[in-house]
Amino acid sequence: MSETENNIIRIRDLHFSRGHTKIFDGIDVDIPQGKITAIMGPSGTGKTTLLKLIGGQLKPQQGSIYFHNDNIPALNTKKLYAARKKMGMLFQTGALLTDMSVFDNIAFPLREHTDLPQVMIRDLVLMKLHAVGLRGARDLMPSQLSGGMARRAALARAIALDPEMILYDEPFTGQDPISMGVLVQLIRSINSALDITSIIVSHDIQETLEIADKIYIISQGKVIGHGTPDEINQSDSPWISQFVQGKADGPVPFHYPAPSYKDDMLAG
Amino acid sequence: MFNWFAQIGHISISFFSRLGKEVILFFQTTACFADLLSRPGLIIQQIFSVGVRSMLIIIVSGFFVGMVLGLQGYNTLVDFGAEESLGVVVALSLVRELGPVVTALLYAGRAGSALTAEIGLMKATEQLSGLEMMAVNPVERILAPRLLAGIISMPLLAAMFSAVGVFGGYLIGVEMLGVDSGSYWSQMQAKVDYHQDVLNGVIKSVVFGIVVTWIAVYEGYSCTPTSEGVSSATTRTVVNSALIVLGLDFLLTALML
Amino acid sequence: MSNSRTLEILVGLFVSLGALALLILAFNVSNMQSFGSGSHYTINASFSNASGLKTRSAVTIAGVTIGRVVDIVVDPESFEAVVTMSIDKRFDEIPVDSDAGIYTAGLLGEKYIGISPGGAPDLLEEGSEIRLTQSSIVLEKLISQFLFSQSKEG
Repeated sequence: MSETENNIIRIRDLHFSRGHTKIFDGIDVDIPQGKITAIMGPSGTGKTTLLKLIGGQLKPQQGSIYFHNDNIPALNTKKLYAARKKMGMLFQTGALLTDMSVFDNIAFPLREHTDLPQVMIRDLVLMKLHAVGLRGARDLMPSQLSGGMARRAALARAIALDPEMILYDEPFTGQDPISMGVLVQLIRSINSALDITSIIVSHDIQETLEIADKIYIISQGKVIGHGTPDEINQSDSPWISQFVQGKADGPVPFHYPAPSYKDDMLAG
Repeated sequence: MFNWFAQIGHISISFFSRLGKEVILFFQTTACFADLLSRPGLIIQQIFSVGVRSMLIIIVSGFFVGMVLGLQGYNTLVDFGAEESLGVVVALSLVRELGPVVTALLYAGRAGSALTAEIGLMKATEQLSGLEMMAVNPVERILAPRLLAGIISMPLLAAMFSAVGVFGGYLIGVEMLGVDSGSYWSQMQAKVDYHQDVLNGVIKSVVFGIVVTWIAVYEGYSCTPTSEGVSSATTRTVVNSALIVLGLDFLLTALML
Repeated sequence: MSNSRTLEILVGLFVSLGALALLILAFNVSNMQSFGSGSHYTINASFSNASGLKTRSAVTIAGVTIGRVVDIVVDPESFEAVVTMSIDKRFDEIPVDSDAGIYTAGLLGEKYIGISPGGAPDLLEEGSEIRLTQSSIVLEKLISQFLFSQSKEG
């Protein structure tokens, strides 16, 4: 009982399809408060779509997504925007605004949503930048940053308004080992220092298993397994073991659906 | 047979739903104008990128168009001994038609395509999504200031085009071909009416400002967020703007005459 | 900071140049200065033939434009063309017995109304009518009259 009360996000019976493609076919997900939860799965399973559904950028055909006590899909624009102020999102590309400097990017949400004096904004921005180690890069433009730095700057922006929850969209993809290590370190320290709930969407198994408290594995529109990293590692489900161990063939077939090889060759 | 009807039905339904979405978005955007007035900085920045940056091409083109009008007009008018009317010909062509139309076409190529590319890239690089997730409405923050800046800039650019063009015609007609300077200006002033010609030209350019900027902004906002999507949206902006400007010009001229 | 200042200056320059261009169009290219902005009053005149006259045709005294034709309608009873003219307030001392004629500027030029001042002490004011009028000369009529009289004589 106490476990359900501590869930910041409760997703029930979520259905979402794009055109005729079913992306989610009735999934239930609970995100515990103050923990790092990872959502994993092969590419193309709609992990990013799930983040967009939580952020209210997409509307599901069916089902509910509770953030505290608000059902996100049912909120009007004003309440949705109020809920979003409590969320931060780190996009895969960083999504920094290209026409302003790093400093102005971090200051942007503060300037948009608060009436703080410039001096205070400056202090806050420098604090956030210091936390991600980019205080010296404040005057650079986003185009001058490396991919890893852009992601760190975007992380500083995501925590600018001190959100209760941060959504990470593929934070480790395409990073060199050093910046990967930096990001793992940052996500962990931000989570514990600021007592933030983190949701990580990823398919980088090692890094994710390393920092996550709870893991959901999604494939073909269903949750095929969830639990702590240890439980996932020791799972005997063929799906999970194929994914965790990265086997080429298994329940997720190597071949895209096709007529039998022999028939196809003879048909020519 | 039924397939054929179904296809017509499908095409018209998707056309009207697109149109409906576009109209709703347009009104949502214009509804933000009132709030924008409290943040003039946003508009100033956009006037800089759509207006100031288009100024050079507009002024240079206006000057050349005026000179060509002077040359062509003179050669035709001199046959009738009516070269004193050169000023009228140059000024009326510019103020009524060429000023608003050519400015709109150049603007579509210079500022419109840049707007589409900018907004399309913001979409492709998730900046628009990022704004939404920061609880900032991209319609209010990105679309509205650009549209308003376009509406403000277009009539100013068209006026510059016409004014510079009249001087270009003067340079050729009076300084080079020897039309009497006094009759160039006085005939012009006698025949060009403030309401009928100048104001109608301004109205046209305001309409073109709304239409071209809107096309640019909408194409960017609704494009497929990939590099091909952005580039084809940019092309569509220029092509659609040109067609709609020329069509609307005919319609407006017919209405105003 | 200095960056946004330059931006503001450039935009200010742009807007002022645009406004200047609009002013040039209004005062230098069109005739807002001489007519259309100031106050004026309207007078009427009936002509048996107003062919070639258009709205915005000039109204002159001694060759100087003092106003414009604003409306031309047919009187449903007399079948005469009633021409309404808008005259600049500066020329408000035109005697009532002045006569108005429709003339042509040059052989093929535009039609305009010429007013020849009379000598009466009363002056034309808002809504008054000029009674002495001379209609447009229609070239075809003139030629046919001439040929007709020639053939009668001959």
